[in-house]
Amino acid sequence: MTVQLRASTLGMVGCHLCGLVCEVPPDAAHASSCPRCGAALHARRPNSLARAWACLLAAVIFYVPANILPVMHTNMLGRGSDSTISTGIVEFWKAGSYGIALVIFIASVAVPCAKFLALGLLLVTGKRRTPWARRERALLYRLVELVGYWSMLDVLVVAIVAGIVKFKALADVEPCIGILFFGGVVILTMLAAMQFDPRITWDGNEHE
Amino acid sequence: MKSFPNLIACEHCDAIYQRPVLAIGETVRCETCAAPLHRHARLDVDRWLALTVTALVVYVLANACPLIQISFRGLHNEATLWRSALALASGPITLIAVPAALTVIAVPLLQMLLLAWVLLHARQGRRAPGFAMAMKALVRLRPWSMLEVALIGILVSVIKLAGFLHVIPGVGLWSIGVLTVLLALIAGPDTRLLWELTEARSRP
Repeated sequence: MTVQLRASTLGMVGCHLCGLVCEVPPDAAHASSCPRCGAALHARRPNSLARAWACLLAAVIFYVPANILPVMHTNMLGRGSDSTISTGIVEFWKAGSYGIALVIFIASVAVPCAKFLALGLLLVTGKRRTPWARRERALLYRLVELVGYWSMLDVLVVAIVAGIVKFKALADVEPCIGILFFGGVVILTMLAAMQFDPRITWDGNEHE
Repeated sequence: MKSFPNLIACEHCDAIYQRPVLAIGETVRCETCAAPLHRHARLDVDRWLALTVTALVVYVLANACPLIQISFRGLHNEATLWRSALALASGPITLIAVPAALTVIAVPLLQMLLLAWVLLHARQGRRAPGFAMAMKALVRLRPWSMLEVALIGILVSVIKLAGFLHVIPGVGLWSIGVLTVLLALIAGPDTRLLWELTEARSRP
């Protein structure tokens, strides 16, 4: 098997914005910018792990009020009721809309929780520079990037329903504070994934 | 500073390769980490621009026409994207209007305008003024463009509301469906290839 050359060992950096491969002199590595697009060149994103951890922890903290506090207040003919994310899923399930219940469950519960675990795993293994399951971890990161923003679904559903159902005293839907926290969770996990530099997965020992 | 346009570095694992010559629609994956490494643009500049203009027209429809019409005990209400966003902004939690309006209304519009600007100039074989800025913005905006999530969100809302209201899908909803497909074609991962496309053209 031939050894795969890496940009960092050759003193080169691929610009993360336009993709141009540039030679970076080792003494000026912190202050150079891409000659084509002008973006700052980093062999690895600075403080990538610490920043990703910060976003991830903030997201986990936000996840608690997002699930406890109501996300939507429905007022039908004078009878008001609050619903949280979980009661919303249960209502769809009880009404027989199993498909929709599943879609919302996946987007608002399964995906965020899986993202917490996946990012945590990537950050811990990245820090330890372990050669364990690199290809699988690379795939995991791409999955996190791919599915991450689908969690916005519940935020947009509440926004759309609340924006449309406006019949004054007869029927009215208002968004509640919980949905803001949930939106915060989604945005923070997206930021955590963006801060994480996937190249870290491949740093360290080449072999076991 | 020396740069190597004939080399390509994998974004995900830093492996370095000679830039391969690809046929239209062909994609190569990194041998180390299997991430997509490089692909040939599926569209040439003319088609790209044509689809961008189409997307802009569909965008106007998606915003101007009602997404859904609802009726409840003889009362009717129509909702467009804009009116829903405004209703949210005047509600008790104004902040919720921000992610909704940004990800569904503002970001897609910005993407299309930037692409139109860049492509209009690319057709004449040059880079637009502010090309680098526009390209950087396009890369940064992409993760925040959530039209496809909004489409599923609207469909879920329709089903949610259909339990107690009479709901009719409107032209706006179909337009968002079409726009989702168009935006995936024009503002997908191919965007970065415009660097190479305009480079080849600007050289004599």
